[in-house]
Amino acid sequence: MSQLTSSSDVVYLQNVAHRFGEQPALTPLSLSIPAGCMVGIIGPDGVGKSTLLALICGVKRLQQGRLQVLGEDMATPRARRQLLPRIAYMPQGLGKNLYPTLSVQENLRFFAQLFGLSHKASEQRINRLTEATGLAPFLDRPAGKLSGGMKQKLGLCCALIHDPDLLVLDEPTTGVDPLSRRQFWQLIDEIRAARPTMSVLVATAYMEEAQRFDWLMAMDDGQVIATGSPAQLLAKTASQDLEQAFIALLPDSKRQHHQAVEVTPPGNFDGPPAIEANELTRRFGDFVAVDKVSFRIEQGEIFGFLGSNGCGKTTTMKMLTGLLPFSSGEARLFGRLPDAGDMQTRKQVGYMSQSFSLYAELSVLHNLTLHARLYGLDEAYAKQRIAQLLVDFELSQVKHSLPQSLPLGIRQRLQLAVAVLHEPQVLILDEPTSGVDPVARDQFWRQLLRLSREQGVTIFISTHFMNEALRCDRISLMHAGKVLAVGSPAELTAHRNAISLEQAFIAYLEEAANTQTQGRVQDANWESEVPQVKTVSPQRNALKRWWAYAWRESLEIRRDPIRLMFALLGPLLLMLTFGYGISFDVDNLRYGVLDYDQSRESRVMLEGLDGSNYFARQPAPTDINEGLNQLRTGELSLLLEIPPAFGRQLMSGQQPQIGALIDGAMPFKAETSAGYLNAVLLGELTRLQAGQLQSADLSMPVEVQSRFHFNQAFESRFAIVPGVVMLMLALIPAMMTALGIVREKETGSIANFQSTPTRRLEFLLGKQAPYVLIAFISYLLLMLMALLVFQVPVKGSFWVLSLGALLYVTATTGFGLVLSSFTQTQVAALFAAAVLSILPAVNFSGLLTPVSSLEGAGRYLGLAFPSAWFQQISIGSFTKALSFTQLWPNLLALAGFVVLFTWLAWLGLHKQER
Amino acid sequence: MQWRHVWQLGVKELFSLKADPVLLGLIFYIFSVAVYTVATGVNFEVRNAAVAVVDEDDSPLSRQIASALLAPQFQSAVKISARQLDRVLEQGEFVFVLVFPPDFERDLLQGKRPQVQLNVDASAMTQAGNGATYIQQIIQAESLAYLAPGLDFAAGLPVRLEVRKLFNPNADSAWFNSVMQVINSVTMLGIILTGAALIREREHGTIEHLLVMPVTPADIMLAKVWANGLVILVATLLSLALVVHQMLGVPIQGSVLLFTLATALYLFSVTSLGIMLGTLTRTMAQFGLLVIPVVVVMYLLSGGTTPQESMPDWLRWIMQLSPSTHYVSLAQDILYRGAGWQLAWPLLLVLLAIGMVFFGIALSRFRKAIVSMG
Repeated sequence: MSQLTSSSDVVYLQNVAHRFGEQPALTPLSLSIPAGCMVGIIGPDGVGKSTLLALICGVKRLQQGRLQVLGEDMATPRARRQLLPRIAYMPQGLGKNLYPTLSVQENLRFFAQLFGLSHKASEQRINRLTEATGLAPFLDRPAGKLSGGMKQKLGLCCALIHDPDLLVLDEPTTGVDPLSRRQFWQLIDEIRAARPTMSVLVATAYMEEAQRFDWLMAMDDGQVIATGSPAQLLAKTASQDLEQAFIALLPDSKRQHHQAVEVTPPGNFDGPPAIEANELTRRFGDFVAVDKVSFRIEQGEIFGFLGSNGCGKTTTMKMLTGLLPFSSGEARLFGRLPDAGDMQTRKQVGYMSQSFSLYAELSVLHNLTLHARLYGLDEAYAKQRIAQLLVDFELSQVKHSLPQSLPLGIRQRLQLAVAVLHEPQVLILDEPTSGVDPVARDQFWRQLLRLSREQGVTIFISTHFMNEALRCDRISLMHAGKVLAVGSPAELTAHRNAISLEQAFIAYLEEAANTQTQGRVQDANWESEVPQVKTVSPQRNALKRWWAYAWRESLEIRRDPIRLMFALLGPLLLMLTFGYGISFDVDNLRYGVLDYDQSRESRVMLEGLDGSNYFARQPAPTDINEGLNQLRTGELSLLLEIPPAFGRQLMSGQQPQIGALIDGAMPFKAETSAGYLNAVLLGELTRLQAGQLQSADLSMPVEVQSRFHFNQAFESRFAIVPGVVMLMLALIPAMMTALGIVREKETGSIANFQSTPTRRLEFLLGKQAPYVLIAFISYLLLMLMALLVFQVPVKGSFWVLSLGALLYVTATTGFGLVLSSFTQTQVAALFAAAVLSILPAVNFSGLLTPVSSLEGAGRYLGLAFPSAWFQQISIGSFTKALSFTQLWPNLLALAGFVVLFTWLAWLGLHKQER
Repeated sequence: MQWRHVWQLGVKELFSLKADPVLLGLIFYIFSVAVYTVATGVNFEVRNAAVAVVDEDDSPLSRQIASALLAPQFQSAVKISARQLDRVLEQGEFVFVLVFPPDFERDLLQGKRPQVQLNVDASAMTQAGNGATYIQQIIQAESLAYLAPGLDFAAGLPVRLEVRKLFNPNADSAWFNSVMQVINSVTMLGIILTGAALIREREHGTIEHLLVMPVTPADIMLAKVWANGLVILVATLLSLALVVHQMLGVPIQGSVLLFTLATALYLFSVTSLGIMLGTLTRTMAQFGLLVIPVVVVMYLLSGGTTPQESMPDWLRWIMQLSPSTHYVSLAQDILYRGAGWQLAWPLLLVLLAIGMVFFGIALSRFRKAIVSMG
């Protein structure tokens, strides 16, 4: 392969373009990115930063052009596979690539295993990284319970675990407080100092961060508009800071939009406060999320809420909106307690939650319209207002798009538009500008200021941006559930004798945390002590990665005991219910008699009926119409009509006629009743007649000797118990795995599969293994119940049955994986698992109808699903005493299903996004 | 509660449904393909039963008996050798195997009462008993007819039993199974659609957002009930008209209006049940595992598959709490027995009451379940 790049380039792009459907994300791009330095990609939302990074990491499939990373061609699968262990990728979003129920240590171990680190090497590395990041004291804490800053540090540790040559970070500090942000970059600097050959590629929205990078590329509209060192960019545009420089670099048409934000002084506050909190407290179990928080926000004031992630800001805001009840203390809006039922107060509040919480499946316009209606806005006015908001928030271009296809920044704008739509008196905004680019943020703030100053709207806002905090009238610093300080930005800065608000803030936080939690990468031998791990054979690595996924999945199950309980108890409960409940015996048939004869013979005959268990006589209906009516209402299942002179005719051999009306709505029941009636009546009458009449020769010409095989006593349980084993081992395992992959698609952790050397088969089989184990345990429990409770022993080979069960649950879990790899949402996967497995397992498996008499499409549907094959093994082993010699074809068929489903799931799973 | 909100949120719900093609595909499948294949393929009475014959006599009589096993009850009998007897039963290839001994015909003609062996695979619960009775009757009747041509077998019996099966004169499985399968589809969809949609909205935070607005939990729940219920109701009626009536040719006896009302009330109760299950579980994975047992129990024990009378009393009482039990019997009353308003109203009230209980439980848990997700 010709070497297109010089060794000083880490990434080389030639005419690389990308589009989502019709929408271009990147216009043809040619560029080289220098190696061994810290490269920043800056630009507004939706200009293609993330797309570019995903292409470089091999997470997205290259559609057009040529892309070389670390000297290898990304288009060839082989080269890509070799490249992946040298790249680390941290996707956008707080803790997006972490597993929330796993602890810090377990998350790190998982990544270490994916990259084939030996146990010793991985423990060493985990120690070092957690020491350096200050995560060491929290090794056992679940990742989901970490603060945002800590999550990002952990994400970084996970990315660095295998000592990559290229580290790709997509907006790693978005939504992280200033202290954590500072620590994060310190950490990166130290690691780079220890390992200068590593290249770092960062997309960021914080211009002050970009200032410290070695080399920048500014992007707009899928194009690179400038490259160079920060100093070069500043010089080129003659700007003071990067924020200005970036705006200067924009094309004229866009630049005109921008104007600096001018903060006008607030008006006079008089009247009652808009929001008031008094010793507000919220506890979750033992954990105090908000601890005696008090503040007072005047009408028309912009009140900023600052603090690290997880410090209680969101909880406080939720209490103010009435979403969460408070544990003690109180909060008032306009002097009233937030009450879940108080609709009037709600109309005065606009709320924007931290994560996107509008309907992703409705268009931008539709979302706005829906909310206008829910707030009861007048139709004509709403139309006008929405048109205005579309312009104000620059959403006109995308009004027919679905939010899920829009970049984060634009989605945030939509959320804000929705929050102000009904012109509320109070706006409660939870990190509204997180992930929004500088230009859009300024625009956003002009809107807020206008609302506050011109319309007297009170704004309660939380943010991580210091320049936004400076624009607030007053701010409150919060840490670990407590308010540290309240005052105007200038007061707070002065109070700490700091030169900037950021410094003041960090000083407050450090004081509150008492110590500097930050560790140090002090050891100069950072790299040399790192054990080399890249020499292990690929086969062993494959096994390791498989194990990594299996281990991780089983940990997640252990952390969710309710799910495990449902999975194991559900089948047992159903076996109990069905073992007793499903029966094809028909007894206690309610019947009525219209006896027009009332002779001795008719009475004797009816006594015969009453003597059998099958029939239960009801009070006689008065006439045929009432009888028919009772049949119609289901009070009777059978109506007998005995004609006048019945007894006389019977005794004289004249063969009287008895009418039997049977409720035929349920064919099986009707058929069985008719059979019983025939047998009991004839037997009774024959005896009656025989006592009187010698002449009748009723002996049958042939003796039919019926031999009932396998279940002589004709007890339902011998047929139903094996059937329930078949049924349960189809439905529950399929449901367990059906959500496995699609859940990762929804939460975003699928990126770990795409950006690491994991192969599809390793991923699939690793995810499947724990469920096969659970399903097999479930099988053993069902066996125990069959034996002890129902006394249905295995007459054939227990080992053959167990082998069959193992193959069967591997096949049914595989079926779940197929659904999971092809669907996009959990709802669809869940629905598909229920709908597609219940039908063949219940109806076409031989549970109720023998497979030999299934007809038409149903027969093929049955044979195309593992249940019918295992049903024969189950019933064969339980009741027919069959062994391997008779059952091997079924075992073979099940093995075939295992291979087929694995292959299908493999087909549906994509290593790269399109 | 504001009806305007219920309406608007419900319309939103319809749009959400429209946006998921996989879901729509499955809804179509469950009301068309599933109903058709179950109706035509499955039967619980003796129908299309597989019979084999070991004919060591190979006489005109034995052949005549074998050929008298007729459709629709029986498939035409297949001749096998005596050695194969055990194997075919073990493999489940045949449910019945008749064995005619050597000299069967001669013995019969000599009045020796020859023995015919009828082997039955008794693990085939639905066919074994009734099928064996039929085959015995056929053997006797054919033998009698062979001995005395022209003599009616029935004439020798003490009485003539005139059996009339009401409401489904031919005891046709397709009649029964098609409607029961439609009911099962309604149950499954009603529970899963609403419950899963609730959990999805909770995971995405959209419900929390609604609760900040002047919208009450009852609004949100009722919107889900009517919108999902309407989709399923329309699908049910279409399925009944096109698949059950047109394609399968099942006559619909009773009042369609009454059945529609019953279905609507039933949908109220199952969609409420779905929401209730959604508030009892925290994740989609838990919901999935809880839904399976609930749906399967309603599928098999509501009287649509096996007779309710044959269940033990305690289980029958428990199943009285399930709306499906009442809906199955209502559907049978209305569609097969042509029941009218006077007969149907008590069960309609029961459906409404059960639905209100589910709805009430879900409502009382709603706010807590949504916000505790954090």
